[in-house]
Amino acid sequence: MQDLYREHILDHYENPRHHGTLEHADFTHEESNPLCGDRIRIDVKLGSEGDRYRIAEAAFTGDGCIISQAAASMLLEDVMGKSVDEVEQLEPQHVLDLVGAPLTAARVKCALLGLKVLKTGIKLWKLQRS
Amino acid sequence: MTNDERRATGDGRLGAYEVLRPTLDTSRIRADFPILAEQVNGRSVVFLDSAASSQKPVQVLQAMDDVYRHAYANVHRGVYTFSEAATERYEQARVKIARFIGAPAAENIVFTRNATEALNLLAYSYGRHFLQPGDEILITELEHHANFVPWQVLAQERGLRLKFIPISPEGRLALDKLDELLTPRTRLLSFAHVSNVLGAITDPRPIIQRAHAIGARVIVDGSQSVPHMPVNVVELDCDFLVFSGHKMLGPTGIGVLYGKRDLLDAMPPFLTGGDMISAVGFDGPRWNDVPLKFEAGTPAFVEAIGLGAAVDYLSALDMSAVRAHERELTAYALERMSEVPGAKIIGPTDPDVRGGVVTFTLDRVHPHDLASLLDREGVAIRAGHHCAQPLHIRLGLSATARASFYIYTEPHEVDALIEAIYKARHALKR
Repeated sequence: MQDLYREHILDHYENPRHHGTLEHADFTHEESNPLCGDRIRIDVKLGSEGDRYRIAEAAFTGDGCIISQAAASMLLEDVMGKSVDEVEQLEPQHVLDLVGAPLTAARVKCALLGLKVLKTGIKLWKLQRS
Repeated sequence: MTNDERRATGDGRLGAYEVLRPTLDTSRIRADFPILAEQVNGRSVVFLDSAASSQKPVQVLQAMDDVYRHAYANVHRGVYTFSEAATERYEQARVKIARFIGAPAAENIVFTRNATEALNLLAYSYGRHFLQPGDEILITELEHHANFVPWQVLAQERGLRLKFIPISPEGRLALDKLDELLTPRTRLLSFAHVSNVLGAITDPRPIIQRAHAIGARVIVDGSQSVPHMPVNVVELDCDFLVFSGHKMLGPTGIGVLYGKRDLLDAMPPFLTGGDMISAVGFDGPRWNDVPLKFEAGTPAFVEAIGLGAAVDYLSALDMSAVRAHERELTAYALERMSEVPGAKIIGPTDPDVRGGVVTFTLDRVHPHDLASLLDREGVAIRAGHHCAQPLHIRLGLSATARASFYIYTEPHEVDALIEAIYKARHALKR
């Protein structure tokens, strides 16, 4: 019973890292999981070195189950300073490893919502620039 | 009181006669359901999601197995023994189902895949041919998506107006609004007999009478009522009734559309192809008679035969006893839930007007987290919006948790649910 809701997951849920909104974000994206109503919005500010863009700041808000919100908190902590290209290449398994708890197929979607929002946000930002 | 009068309760309330009747012998019933002996996460399963789909007794499994082993061939085709045997069993299932809901004849029963397909059939066949731009369809805010989306699509396509009966603060249909919602343009009314989320039982009879008085046709979604209480279509005087087999001990892939004969006769086919024609020439087809006109292609006849066995099983228990059993369980569950701090029941709390569906929220615990933790204890409940998103928007909730009961559910399983909720709370430090 404890394995899914282990201490570090509950901690990220209770005390989410990078929680809130950013003023003057370079992009903002929001999505919800239609099945369960989980919702996550992510604001991102980028820093650039030439034409290489990195995640300088990111913040999320949302509501939903513990897994969806804790996974978003862990994801933002993890991607800080990473390049947008790197983030776009992140595999779902990377987030599941961060969560580190056994998830049933139905709950994997909860954990991956944050990654989906972030990747789609980057994609739309790139589209807008080109 | 005649037998028919006793059976014909539209509102789920039971007369004095039924209350005195002993309810179900669940230990005998459970012996017929092999799956209930399964373990989940090292514990005996506590299955509380029958409103989504019920478990199946061996009698249903055997009826289907027997066709495949001893009488399988395509129906309505061959003149050889197997085909005739399969056809006879298929048509016998239709007769059983007609009797089960008090339909005048087997021809009133159209087999579909499920209630969803039956409602789509009505939207395509009835809706696209008998409704004109500007006509109004009245549904309710509590409908399952199956009784929502087909009408939204039809309304957009045909320029119809879709209107909704609202829900009252206690979680029932606000029928005091019915008279102002019914207008001379209202041509069709479709609503759930029992809500799959709120559990609220709506007595269809006064609604049907008022709709008929202005010339509107009425569809009753019996998905959550036909499996759980006596339903008699003649007594209700509904124009159509739809329900799914898999929620009432039957297999998946088989559902029922009941329709009044003159309406079914007037409606054009939904799907076309084999079995639904009486003749095909190069100048065009001639439709088969009702109900085969609506059953294009090889039907799910083995599943229909399985549903026939399910109906036999339920009839032997007596649907009044089924309702009384679920009413008792619901009353007990509502009482136990009221002791849980932070638990809030969604929908009416009077078990007389509530089917065996207990939907709730738990303060500071998301329903999905709760359902995952309950599964660790072998307790299966549903979490989410239960295919009723518009209702959840109205309730201001993104998701709810739902425990639902059936003929095999026992009070100790309600206790297991409550205990698991406390454990989940503890695990989440709530």
